[in-house]
Amino acid sequence: MDLINDFRDKDLIFSLSNLIQKKSKKPLNIMEICGGHTHSIMKFGIHKLVGKNINFIHGPGCPVCVMPRSKIDAAIKLASMDNVIFTTLADMLRVPGSTSTLQKARSQGHDIRALYSPLDVIQIAKDNPDKKVIFFAIGFETTTPMTAVVVEKAIELGLKNLFFHINHVTVPAPVRALMNDENVKIDAFLGPSHVSVITGSKIYESIANDYKKPIAISGFEPVDILDGILNLVEQGENETYKVYNQYKRAVKLEGNLKAKELIDKYFKICDFEFRGLGNIPNGGVDLKDKYSYLNAKFVFDCNVESKKESKACICGEILKGRAKPYDCKIFSKVCNPQNPIGSCMVSSEGACAAYYKYAKENV
Amino acid sequence: MKNILLSHGGGGEEMNELINELIFKYFDNEILKETNDSAILKIDGEIAFSTDSYVVTPIFFSGGDIGKISVCGTINDLCMVGAKPLYLSVGFIIEEGLSFDEFEKILSSMSKIAKENDVKIVCGDTKVVPKGKCDKIFINTSGIGKIIHKIETKNIKNRAKILISGDIARHGSVIVAARDEINLESDLKSDCRSLKDIVMALFENNIYPQAMRDATRGGLSAVLNEWANFNKIEILLNEESIKVQDEVMGICELLGFEPYDLANEGTFVLAIDEKDSKKALEILKNFNENASIIGEVISDKNSRVILKNPYGVKRFLEYPKGELLPRIC
Repeated sequence: MDLINDFRDKDLIFSLSNLIQKKSKKPLNIMEICGGHTHSIMKFGIHKLVGKNINFIHGPGCPVCVMPRSKIDAAIKLASMDNVIFTTLADMLRVPGSTSTLQKARSQGHDIRALYSPLDVIQIAKDNPDKKVIFFAIGFETTTPMTAVVVEKAIELGLKNLFFHINHVTVPAPVRALMNDENVKIDAFLGPSHVSVITGSKIYESIANDYKKPIAISGFEPVDILDGILNLVEQGENETYKVYNQYKRAVKLEGNLKAKELIDKYFKICDFEFRGLGNIPNGGVDLKDKYSYLNAKFVFDCNVESKKESKACICGEILKGRAKPYDCKIFSKVCNPQNPIGSCMVSSEGACAAYYKYAKENV
Repeated sequence: MKNILLSHGGGGEEMNELINELIFKYFDNEILKETNDSAILKIDGEIAFSTDSYVVTPIFFSGGDIGKISVCGTINDLCMVGAKPLYLSVGFIIEEGLSFDEFEKILSSMSKIAKENDVKIVCGDTKVVPKGKCDKIFINTSGIGKIIHKIETKNIKNRAKILISGDIARHGSVIVAARDEINLESDLKSDCRSLKDIVMALFENNIYPQAMRDATRGGLSAVLNEWANFNKIEILLNEESIKVQDEVMGICELLGFEPYDLANEGTFVLAIDEKDSKKALEILKNFNENASIIGEVISDKNSRVILKNPYGVKRFLEYPKGELLPRIC
């Protein structure tokens, strides 16, 4: 099976599009939790293939978008210390803090390196025993297990110069926080695929039950997404609230047990401030207390005074489905991918960035 | 193993040895060997003049090396304005420690491509910088060519067909896959090549494009957006006609890149009068079966590029922006 072309098959896409439009009798607000889905929906024009009853709401599931200024400011402070090699995954380089970005800090001469795999930081630490190497760990459940592997390796190898600036977040907590907001109008969820490979589909069952909303976990290809939407339309019409696993080729009910064990071994749940959404109880994970000696926030001084988010930015409203990127007065003017003001414009997978790139106007 | 030392750039005996025994061995022609401060050239009629610097990492990659690119790149820039490339200059900035073997391999591939294209390397410069001050080797080439038929971007007209000479994004994908940080295993080869034969074949068949541009850094999207902005035209592309190899698509999907933004080093875009477009396509296909007509100019206002996907949905094809950084999840 061709894992790209078969899932972009024109005839199949038209069939699914027709079926969705035929079966969709009433308006349905679907939140795609994951930024990857937002990106795919806009890139492939899926929002134009599903009929007028379907309204997409772009959720908080982009690890770059949800990173608050304070965390970036702390990262820049750590990266600017003497004798430090600061490492992170590439997208994070351009996320704006209060006054700068890691990319700008790098241009000022600080040793800031973008990694393709978190495990590369082990070699960097081995190769530079006289430097302090800091790994800025970010992402949802997708990337957390890899950080756990790096922590485990660092302990096994007895590396004394490797530290972790942990900013991992979880999917269920911000989803619940959104649903507990009475202003949010969400009828159904497109569940994240990569996250679900780790967590399994079961973790969404309580959300579906508690809020009486159907959830379809889908892959990122057009056929995947349309198949997931068709299921949500059917469930919406039938008023059922089940979790549909469309992405069976990768997602199991219980997820990746080994990865989950690793996460439990090294991490504990904590509160986390989400950019655009504010503090979310149990929204993040941090290293367990017994590994504090690896935790950059205890080893170094991370205190910074951060500026508040721009008042003109309406990312919070966009993430709640109460506004579209076009509704924002600074969208594509002051706020654009070169100068992102709000969280949704920061990463290519943010809602505003996806609208900016793929659908600035209707053509 | 013999390595380049700082003294090889010092202007003394070692430098003289490097130039006379190694560089002249590969760039052997009467004009260069005159060793004047400037090359003295005879050219009649209109000339084209172009320069470019090459800083590619890694310096050796599947389908080419920094030497091959540096010669092909300037040859192609000259060809794109309808010139027959004649003379090149070359400037080397070499990092102390580069091995003689590597340098010789680069010189050899430059010499081979230049000879194949009947182009002479007539002047040059060599500098050696301390370790860490550059990345192994940087090369600048400038070139002069004789205009055969002047081709200029400003000539693109409404209803012109947009053609591409092959599949896209291979060079960019090869480089990304080859970098140490990623180290993806792939059989993919860069499209790095001279475009001289193809352009001359078009001219020999009386096909004179309105505009031509090799889609190097910034890829197809940069070329078309430049054309759209410069001429205030609207270009409609048919996504299905733009060929992308499966491996290239796989790399793009893995890292979150768009093939339209990735570099090509031997693929060019043409704007051609509708009546000539089929004949031009036949000629292009003799060199690469993936050549195709990918769209047309649909309006002489708006300055934008629209991409229509196989499902009939349209979106803007934007300029590539910022550093190409892989996505996180």
